[in-house]
Amino acid sequence: MLLPGTLHRGGGCGHMVSERLLIKGGRVVNDDQSLYADVYIEDGLIKQVGENLVVPGGVKVIEANGRMVIPGGIDVNTCFMKPYLGTQPVDDFLQGTKAALAGGTTMIIDHVTPQPGDSLLEAFEHWQEAADKKACCDYSLHVDIPQWNETVKDELELLVQEKGVNSFQVYMAYKDLYQMSDSLLYEALSFLKQLGAVVLVHAENGDLIAQEQRKILGMGITGPEGHPLSRPEELEAEAVFRAITLGNRVNCPVYITKVMSKSAADTITQARRKGSVVFGEPITASLATDGSHYWSKNWAKAAAYVTSPPLSPDPTTPDHLHTLLACGDLQVVGSAHCAYKNGFCLGQVTSTNAAKIFNLYPRKGRIAVGSDADIVIWDPDSSKTITAKLQQSASEYNIFEGLECRGGPVLVLSQGRVVYEEGKLQAQQGTGRFIPCKPFPDYAYQRIKFRNQVKVKQGVTRGMYDGPVYDVIPTPKYITPAPSAKTSPTSHQPPPIRNLHQSNFSLSGAQIDDNVPRRSGHRIVAPPGGRSNITSLG
Amino acid sequence: MSERGRERCSQEDDCTSLLSRLGSDSPRPRMKYGGMFCSVEGAFENKTLNFESFSPQTQRRRATRTRIDAHDGGEVLRGGGGGGGQTVVFPSGHTWENHGKGEKTGSPLCVYCRERDVRSDSNNKSGLCVRARVCVRGRADQSADHRSIRMSFQNKKSSARPAGDRLIIKGGKIVNDDQSFYADIYVEDGSIKQIGENLIVPSGVRTVDAYGQLVIPGGVDANTNLLAPQKGLNPADDFYQGTRAALCGGTTTIMDHVLVEPGTSLLSVFDQWRETAEQRACCDFSLHLDITRWHEGLYEELETLVKDKGVNSFLFFMAYKDKYQSSDSQLYEAFGVLRDLGAIAQVHAENGDIIDEEQKKLLSLGITGPEGHVLSHPEEVETEAVYRAITIAKQANCPLYVTKVMSKSAADTIAKSRKKGMVVYGEPITASLATDGSKYWSKDWATAAAFVMSPPLNPDPSTPQYLTSLLACGDLQVTSSAHASFSTAQKAIGKDDFTLIPEGTNGIEERMSVVWDRAVSTGKMDENEFVAVTSTNAAKLFNIYPRKGRIAVGSDADIVVWNPKETRTVSAKTHNLTVEVNILEGLEFRGVASVVISGGRVVLEDRKLNMSEGSGRFVPRKAFPDAVYKRIRARSKMAEARGVPRGNYDGPVHDVISMTKSVPPTPTSRGPPCPKTQTGPRNLHQSGFTLAGAQIDDHIPRRSAQRIVAPPGGRSNITSLS
Repeated sequence: MLLPGTLHRGGGCGHMVSERLLIKGGRVVNDDQSLYADVYIEDGLIKQVGENLVVPGGVKVIEANGRMVIPGGIDVNTCFMKPYLGTQPVDDFLQGTKAALAGGTTMIIDHVTPQPGDSLLEAFEHWQEAADKKACCDYSLHVDIPQWNETVKDELELLVQEKGVNSFQVYMAYKDLYQMSDSLLYEALSFLKQLGAVVLVHAENGDLIAQEQRKILGMGITGPEGHPLSRPEELEAEAVFRAITLGNRVNCPVYITKVMSKSAADTITQARRKGSVVFGEPITASLATDGSHYWSKNWAKAAAYVTSPPLSPDPTTPDHLHTLLACGDLQVVGSAHCAYKNGFCLGQVTSTNAAKIFNLYPRKGRIAVGSDADIVIWDPDSSKTITAKLQQSASEYNIFEGLECRGGPVLVLSQGRVVYEEGKLQAQQGTGRFIPCKPFPDYAYQRIKFRNQVKVKQGVTRGMYDGPVYDVIPTPKYITPAPSAKTSPTSHQPPPIRNLHQSNFSLSGAQIDDNVPRRSGHRIVAPPGGRSNITSLG
Repeated sequence: MSERGRERCSQEDDCTSLLSRLGSDSPRPRMKYGGMFCSVEGAFENKTLNFESFSPQTQRRRATRTRIDAHDGGEVLRGGGGGGGQTVVFPSGHTWENHGKGEKTGSPLCVYCRERDVRSDSNNKSGLCVRARVCVRGRADQSADHRSIRMSFQNKKSSARPAGDRLIIKGGKIVNDDQSFYADIYVEDGSIKQIGENLIVPSGVRTVDAYGQLVIPGGVDANTNLLAPQKGLNPADDFYQGTRAALCGGTTTIMDHVLVEPGTSLLSVFDQWRETAEQRACCDFSLHLDITRWHEGLYEELETLVKDKGVNSFLFFMAYKDKYQSSDSQLYEAFGVLRDLGAIAQVHAENGDIIDEEQKKLLSLGITGPEGHVLSHPEEVETEAVYRAITIAKQANCPLYVTKVMSKSAADTIAKSRKKGMVVYGEPITASLATDGSKYWSKDWATAAAFVMSPPLNPDPSTPQYLTSLLACGDLQVTSSAHASFSTAQKAIGKDDFTLIPEGTNGIEERMSVVWDRAVSTGKMDENEFVAVTSTNAAKLFNIYPRKGRIAVGSDADIVVWNPKETRTVSAKTHNLTVEVNILEGLEFRGVASVVISGGRVVLEDRKLNMSEGSGRFVPRKAFPDAVYKRIRARSKMAEARGVPRGNYDGPVHDVISMTKSVPPTPTSRGPPCPKTQTGPRNLHQSGFTLAGAQIDDHIPRRSAQRIVAPPGGRSNITSLS
């Protein structure tokens, strides 16, 4: 773990001019309480919170006039640099973080998306470099794991222990590209749990999507409406359910990114009621709009809504997700910013939860002495209509086009500096620092640790079975592998993983071929306790 | 007549059983009488005790029509008592001197060929035509004509089968799934001929006394494994012992699973299985096929099996990794094929990937005893797979039958998705309804090992009650036994490694008693529901209804006289199986089958068994069972997804930098979806395709845009952007 001093040095170049600020007369809102207090900020940190603060002279005073003073938002799901099928998202770190700041989000956690075969470490460094140059607000990074193999393990360990990454994304969708089988997921989860990382899961059933896509393309539907048609809600809910099951089995916290549908959200809710350590993240798109635009006659507009999982066509979905969010069944709001961006109205809900899950708390996500001075003064009464023109984002289509929002940031402080005030953005490129995340966040791992202790499995100590053991008759008349000519070349052949069942079979086959008398030998009905090597029996 | 008769004979030979055409594919729409599933025409009158319709007069009238039809066009009459779509002739061999009720014309017909002109034969005192007399007196050498008529009741094997007894079951309360009533039943030639009070029956009929007892349709056990080998071991109880035990418990039809090892031909395994069963089985049987490795090349075999061999259900494994397990893609493809063929998909629902990992983990922890089995097959893993199977079936719009529902949460998942309208059925088994999984921790290895089955019995002791409740309220539909018995010595090959223990428990014999004791005696379910879950529902789902699963005129005479008051204690010493351990040892169950009639013969009476090996017949099952497929069909029509006709996108298109990474092949494969759908029967999705295609043809430019833009899956055909 890096020391705080080194952290500051990391972003120090953009941090030279620290301001002393006093926010007066605001209502400080944290997740646990709100109170009227002044906030004094120096060197990018909150130094004092309270009334009648004693502050040095020459301090810039910001009058909050009773408006809400809230911790800056954390957007935990952005993909500013993610290439998809070779295309780069329109927004890069500069545009994206600018837009984020304008919306009151002062920290982003971006996805590092290496391609299968790439080194995770290299991709991470590439991302970090790009972000250090461009980002205007603090950032942290998730690393996506496109493929699971032995070499990945070492890199993961390095990333967690030395690079300050504590969250990794795995995919249940994108068949033949990123998708992992349940076995691999199980392994990955087991490994990441040991590292103390949070596992983000992109939960959609990739197998079925591939099939549906084939079917729908075969039906001649090639427009964006094919996207939600090929990814129905059930596939999302199913994968969420499976991810949770895996998480339970491994006893590993699971974080479902991009909860887009009611049924997926409900699945998470129910699992939480049963005690699973699972977190759900609806994204702004799913909270604010529904998927009916996929059927828009305008291709470009319809295409702008294409996200995975898709927006649910059910128009009541946003309300439902909001309700769950409000009652704590869903925890974090991300923007899943991918070629579009807007978290203006909604990004605030959960900065604290996100900070807790990713172990940034209380440095981020709280207005308290010693926390970073990422503060937003929020006016709950202002309202604005979103259009692409007004936005700080480079996409020409905004999916929230025409949507009226109530509440908005008046002033945004990032690292103690005013970056947004009254509609004017004063962000500086490259001022964003990389914030490392420690492993084993308490919020996610405390329960896991206890459960580990409780869930120790124990065998039964019982006497040796000394009864008769069946003498295996070599009558596998249906087992004899007689490969039919019809076997299609694409049919799934079992991978050459050593499997107890199979090795059992192959050995028994060898016996048959060898000679029959051998099995009547004493190896099988061995009198001395029958301690013969059972696996060779078949 | 004889020529015509031969024509009919050949026609009837095609259909091997009396009611086998009673499916949705019957050419004439069926009349609805009294209830959504009641397909026995006239059965409702029968239940309202309008016995006139089944008196000999009526039969005669129908018989006359039969003959006229036969003469006119050689057509098969869709006869009365048996229900739509099948030739029904009543070769009741009784002599008509015995009744004469309401006989005015006094011209009795030959009971076989119904010749009106028998009277012209002055020597004919018995009222039978010459040929018929031969039939009655010497059944062994019947004329071809009459044999053909009899054949319509029994399949080709019938000649080897001893002629059924003539029976009258008196004084019992007949219980069907929809109602109960008091009536007598007259059985002849293996099927039910008359139901009513004061039946007129020939002399010399054996009487079965059912006073004070229930007369229920024989049980249908929809899941047995009497021949499927595991790990090279054949089950301890094969078709003979298994069906014998089944009959003792009141089950008269079993559906066995044909396990097809990867790489073997479905047809040849099926034929072998059927042959073995026909030689050994004591009760009627039908077969499911377990497909262990799906590929599209199986389509032809499946089609043959469904259309010619009488198989309409196929099981897929979601467990047994690297051995039998099917991936989600395979399941989706297979389900689509099954839907087109009108078959039912069954799944063994457990997540094989997770189990495999858990097994490795447990073995590495040094847990090798049978408790490792239950620890490595946790409830969640079952639930997850059930959920996934339902999702896949929903996507493929295929009916799904989940075998072996062992846990509360799995049952809940099924119940919930049923409430959302999915066509899914759940099958709890004897073991899960009767006991829990606490014995896995038994200190006695043999006892613990006897319980090993997949999915395992749930350690939660409230599971049996919970499953019984869901069964009673209809959330679960079918009870089966999932019988697969292995002797202790066989199980002992896994004494040092629980993963090698052959999986399976007994239950074929106790099944009906368990349901009665746990559900009916406790007041959770009534006797009609009891019949539904033990017999009728399975018969309906698998399309052997009303031949099986109902007491009605024309149905097979598989009848059980059920004594609800008697109790019996289960013990390995007294059961009819060869295995030494009975997992229900010592449990006492109320409700016992006191008399069992299978195929018209009394096989159990006074606790004495009288059955002959090989008397069981194969019961073919037709595709598209109504109970299942009516909804599926309607949905296929509804589910046609439609594209949006929109103008050509003519804006800028981002250049896709070609990368070395692997691109998912699916979005770019633009050929026909799958060749299989073209060879299949009418596919509703494809008809949707033609509609949508017509729209697309109007927009020619769009296609050219597709071509120009980025072949390897660029933004033009956006399939996924995260």
